[in-house]
Amino acid sequence: MIDAVVQPFLEFAFMRRALVGCLAISLTAPPIGVFLVLRRMSLMGDAMGHAILPGAAIGYLLAGLSVFAMSLGGFAAGLAVALAAGLVARSTVLREDASLAGFYLVSLALGVMLVSVRGSSVDLLHVLFGTVLALDDAALLLIASIATVSLAVLAVIYRPLVLECFDPEFLRSVSPLSSPTHLLFLVLVVLNLVAGFQALGTLMAVGIMLLPAVAARFWTEDVSGMIGVAVATAFSASFAGLLLSYYANVPTGPAVILSCGAFYFLSMLVGVKGGLLWRLMPRKHLEA
Amino acid sequence: MRNRFIVLLGAVLVLLGVSSGCHAAGKVKAVATFSVLGDMVKQVGGDRVDVTTLVGPNGDAHVFSPTPADAKMLAVADIFFVNGLGFEGWMERLENASGFTGALVVASGGVKPLKMTEDEGGHEEVVTDPHAWQNLANGKIYVANIRDGLIAADPGGKELYEANATKYLAAIDAEDKAVKQAIASLLAARRKIITSHDAFGYFAQAYGLEVIAPEGVSTESEASAQDVAKIIRQIRAEGIPAVFLENVTDRRLLDQIAAETGAKIGGVLYSDALSEPDGPAPTYLGMFRHNAGALTAALSS
Repeated sequence: MIDAVVQPFLEFAFMRRALVGCLAISLTAPPIGVFLVLRRMSLMGDAMGHAILPGAAIGYLLAGLSVFAMSLGGFAAGLAVALAAGLVARSTVLREDASLAGFYLVSLALGVMLVSVRGSSVDLLHVLFGTVLALDDAALLLIASIATVSLAVLAVIYRPLVLECFDPEFLRSVSPLSSPTHLLFLVLVVLNLVAGFQALGTLMAVGIMLLPAVAARFWTEDVSGMIGVAVATAFSASFAGLLLSYYANVPTGPAVILSCGAFYFLSMLVGVKGGLLWRLMPRKHLEA
Repeated sequence: MRNRFIVLLGAVLVLLGVSSGCHAAGKVKAVATFSVLGDMVKQVGGDRVDVTTLVGPNGDAHVFSPTPADAKMLAVADIFFVNGLGFEGWMERLENASGFTGALVVASGGVKPLKMTEDEGGHEEVVTDPHAWQNLANGKIYVANIRDGLIAADPGGKELYEANATKYLAAIDAEDKAVKQAIASLLAARRKIITSHDAFGYFAQAYGLEVIAPEGVSTESEASAQDVAKIIRQIRAEGIPAVFLENVTDRRLLDQIAAETGAKIGGVLYSDALSEPDGPAPTYLGMFRHNAGALTAALSS
């Protein structure tokens, strides 16, 4: 049994690279996801995943399938959309969700049009769905460096970030760190999405960011606990997804995300904090 | 007043009749779905035919999305050349949308199709392999169909089309012999290749080459870890010397496989589309010359 689990990774270098790539992503994306969930910005992750497409498309048009160019372009586009949406939300009648919706849709359409200008429409699919089985050295380095930077920055802004989640007015009243923290957090979201799209594609990248975080909500109410559970979930799902792809002959990216999804449903049912099963069981009333 | 009106109406009708006659005297407007067909039609049609190709050089016909400009171009065409065998999934919709009223020629009519088994997530699906032009003998059938189609649409050019077709068929024959010779000159144990697109079934059968691919028939299916593992095991077990790229798919997966097995990346093989006019495979026969050259270079060393 152990042998069956370990053997694919011993035998094939591409499996090892895929695992390393997925584990790096699992270390860096779920903590960001936890904060997105806590700040009710969950769908923003998905919108940003679409918004980085024109930047990646421009990078591709200028430099071909260069990891660096596409990532840089994607990062620039994502940042532009995030900042523009934030500005519009703060200075017009629109709220954050509406302004973001407006910008990311324009961004996505622009991206589709730009990629089709090149001719070969198969490239669009490859830009959207990276494959974790083909991570070359450049892509792995990118993911690892983004993971390092992201974790370091998160460690530094951890306290104001937690406070911003739960009592933003208080933070604004005692410290000027509210806006910079929010901004830095947006930068981290975009950075992690860019890393994720290399491994799993833009659509899947958001999955590894959000699903473990959503599942973690059912196990603990403590923020650092949630981060721990989310990272552990992402680790196991990466492992399980790769093995599923190997033994059941299914595409790898979807396999990883569906493993996350399976754990999410499990958590929803039996998670100790608010799992449905526990709610249905009769409980003792505490008497005074 | 009424008489004048009748005369005017008569004049207009005559003019219309004459202009449609004038239309036939100009060049025949042909549309071909992809670059290989486009080249063949040009060779047979010569100066009498104006050929436009929908999926251009290095394009991917499997995932091609026609634009309104394409529909407009098709609407005014006299003759539409398609491959058939399920190659162009979008063709019927384009035909209906454009209101095309000309002649439709299926170039692969009369070709004996090969079946392929595709392993999709555990269950096997048998589909028709549409890449019939990869066998030069089928290419001759294509040319015959194109010639007949052009003669039917433009009987005035019959002599020219027949002359061009005969010349072209002879050239195809010569190339066919050359490719057969080139492959036969390789050691039997080395007549195996890996390529990223399952487009060489007919080539393999006709010229005695074994072709293995990490993805299915079209470029739409994503590879699973098991597929890639199987390929790597096979390369290692059978000592396959070279890995080939094809000009429409992503090279990262092949790079990964080559790096892990130590196999050589043999170059680019053209299958679904020709190269740019100044590239190594600008014509149908040029494509075979290039592919045969790349194969022998990588497999003989």
